[in-house]
Amino acid sequence: MNTVYFLVQQTMFFSIPLLIVALGGMFSERSGVINIALEGIMIMGAFSGILFINVMQSAFSLPPQMLLLLAVLVAAAVGVLVAMTHAYAAINMKADQVISGTAINMFAPAFAIFAARMIRQVQQIPFRNDFRIAKAPLLGDIPVLGPLFFRNTYITTYLGFAVLAASAVVLYKTRFGLRLRACGEHPQAADSVGVNVYKMRYAGVAISGALGGIGGLVFVIPTSTNFNASVAGYGFLALAVLIFGQWRPSRILLAAFFFGLMKTVASAYSGIPFLANLGVPNDIYKMIPYIATLIVLAFTSKNSMAPRAEGVPYDKGGR
Amino acid sequence: MNERPKKKSLTQREGFSSFMASVLAILCGLAIGFVVLLIADPVNAFPGLVAILTGGLSDLRNLGQVLYAATPIILTGLSVGFANKTGLFNIGASGQFIVGAYVAVLVGVRCPFLPGPLLWLTCLLAATLAGALWGLLPGVLKALCNVNEVIACIMMNYIGMYGVNFLIQLTIFDSLKNQSLPVAAHANAPKLWMDRIFRSGATASSANAGILIAVLAGIAVYYVIERTKFGYELKACGYSRDAARYAGINEKRGIIWSMVIAGALSGLGGACLYLAGAGKSIEVLDTLAAEGFNGIPVALLGLNHPIGIIFSGLFVAYLNQGGFNMQIYGFAPQVIDIIISVVIYFAAFSLLLRGIVERVLKRRAHKGTAAASAPSSGPAASGAEQPAATPQERPAAPSAEQPAAALREQPKGGDNA
Repeated sequence: MNTVYFLVQQTMFFSIPLLIVALGGMFSERSGVINIALEGIMIMGAFSGILFINVMQSAFSLPPQMLLLLAVLVAAAVGVLVAMTHAYAAINMKADQVISGTAINMFAPAFAIFAARMIRQVQQIPFRNDFRIAKAPLLGDIPVLGPLFFRNTYITTYLGFAVLAASAVVLYKTRFGLRLRACGEHPQAADSVGVNVYKMRYAGVAISGALGGIGGLVFVIPTSTNFNASVAGYGFLALAVLIFGQWRPSRILLAAFFFGLMKTVASAYSGIPFLANLGVPNDIYKMIPYIATLIVLAFTSKNSMAPRAEGVPYDKGGR
Repeated sequence: MNERPKKKSLTQREGFSSFMASVLAILCGLAIGFVVLLIADPVNAFPGLVAILTGGLSDLRNLGQVLYAATPIILTGLSVGFANKTGLFNIGASGQFIVGAYVAVLVGVRCPFLPGPLLWLTCLLAATLAGALWGLLPGVLKALCNVNEVIACIMMNYIGMYGVNFLIQLTIFDSLKNQSLPVAAHANAPKLWMDRIFRSGATASSANAGILIAVLAGIAVYYVIERTKFGYELKACGYSRDAARYAGINEKRGIIWSMVIAGALSGLGGACLYLAGAGKSIEVLDTLAAEGFNGIPVALLGLNHPIGIIFSGLFVAYLNQGGFNMQIYGFAPQVIDIIISVVIYFAAFSLLLRGIVERVLKRRAHKGTAAASAPSSGPAASGAEQPAATPQERPAAPSAEQPAAALREQPKGGDNA
């Protein structure tokens, strides 16, 4: 049973950032803008958030959970800022969205390393991890559920689920969500009934920036004690989760946890007696999530539910 | 657009305006890079910029290093650019690159009995095939199962990286250095006296025959794309898949072939980086090969044109060498990546930049014709007026608009003008 608890707790650390970032990507893509820049946005979010924590920890002594939430806000704000450059290129300049996304992906790690080295002489930014919640009061004592979800956890885990619930509601139950989806499916039709396509697309990209930035911070906090200008390709994995999840919140949740579980098995198999005894090399475990994704995609991609107008710049004069 | 004047001056060609757009993007990138340097350290910013701009030419050894560093990114750039021409985004160059590199090194270590340069050529061939195989899978998945090639390529990158790490440890592992074993001496690319030319004092650069391979590959890709029926069909798929199918082109075959060729080019790049006699071995690390990703900006900067990619690869390598030299002023070399990323960002606006360039040129042309009252410049000017109707040079071609027009214009290109 302890193994199961351990697995679930670890899976959270890997799945939640994927979930948050993939949901962010969903907003962007459902509004019609491909956001391949998620990796770069995550890096910038993590960079600013961790730098903020680093500075605040040495200057003030804020309550840790409050500091973490403030850092989340910083990461979200920086994420929006970065995403705006992508939005400007994709929406106003009608640029190729893959190219401007690639530019951001290249810019982010370079900037993070350059800035860190200029500010602190080394490229790693350390932080003191006092954000871990060993056991949530009351909830942690519930049998089974307590150890599964309320021990050895982070406040960001619940943030992830909150984002999921909010995304599902916003996308399917609000006027905004309906308009956003219309802009991704048929922008001309949306425009003809008075929806401002440019504005909706800006909103979609902005949300993806905020969630991407948060996702970067959420990825680094539980898995490391310093930020080294990298989020280990999680932005790209989130993109895979998004497509795997067919641009829908519920399926994105499943995809994120599938991926997270695979990642957990790969990184923690030596702690699982059954898997450790098999004697399969480490690298094989690390390959499994990617191979599994390819296989699943091969079987599920025939009926892709990608937003119809995804990646096509909206031109008011076009047909 | 169909009626073109028989002759155009240099400034009125489409290639010129896209070239100017690239130059404009590069200037923007350098300007922003300079601003970053100014903010970081105002005193050393100017010497830093000078070091970036002149670093690759400061002596012959540095120039040789530029040639060596350019080789793999020209090849991955060709890989990405070729796929772009056919409407696919090959973000999997990294995986294809490392798989090719592994197979090349494996042959180089395990088959020293092959005589002379034959071993080197065998290594290159093996790497090309391995890369092609790594491109084949996403191509097949895209063609037959409609799997998004971007995602498939990203997955293949990771599978390739972990797979190569695993196989190195299994077959050619130097456990002390945590990297692959050194290859047999004659598995390395011949120097062709380049080590005598490109050197400063006693230290020779790593320049070698690899750069010739890269240039030849560029010319070969150019030939295939622009001069063969096969290349024409692939390009047609890139402009509009539906139109291509309607014209009787087997677009599934096109997708697979284009990924295979893209993969082969990347794999060849992997071999060229590690078979250079530069003492470089494949390290067993959980990081994706950077050369694969660097192929993307190289391709974009070269406007996906094979010959343009050769020059943009040299340019990016030149900047990187400058960034290396710039470190004596206390700047982190990552400023180069910042510059390149800004260049790419502005290159994404290339359509708009080209519009500006064309407008300026047209205005000048009008002034000229007003004086000389030559009616022949009329069609040229009106041809340049519509940037939207010139899809040839657009980076990452997929555009469903005006498929028929795009197809009709295809074979003419520049030579008919």
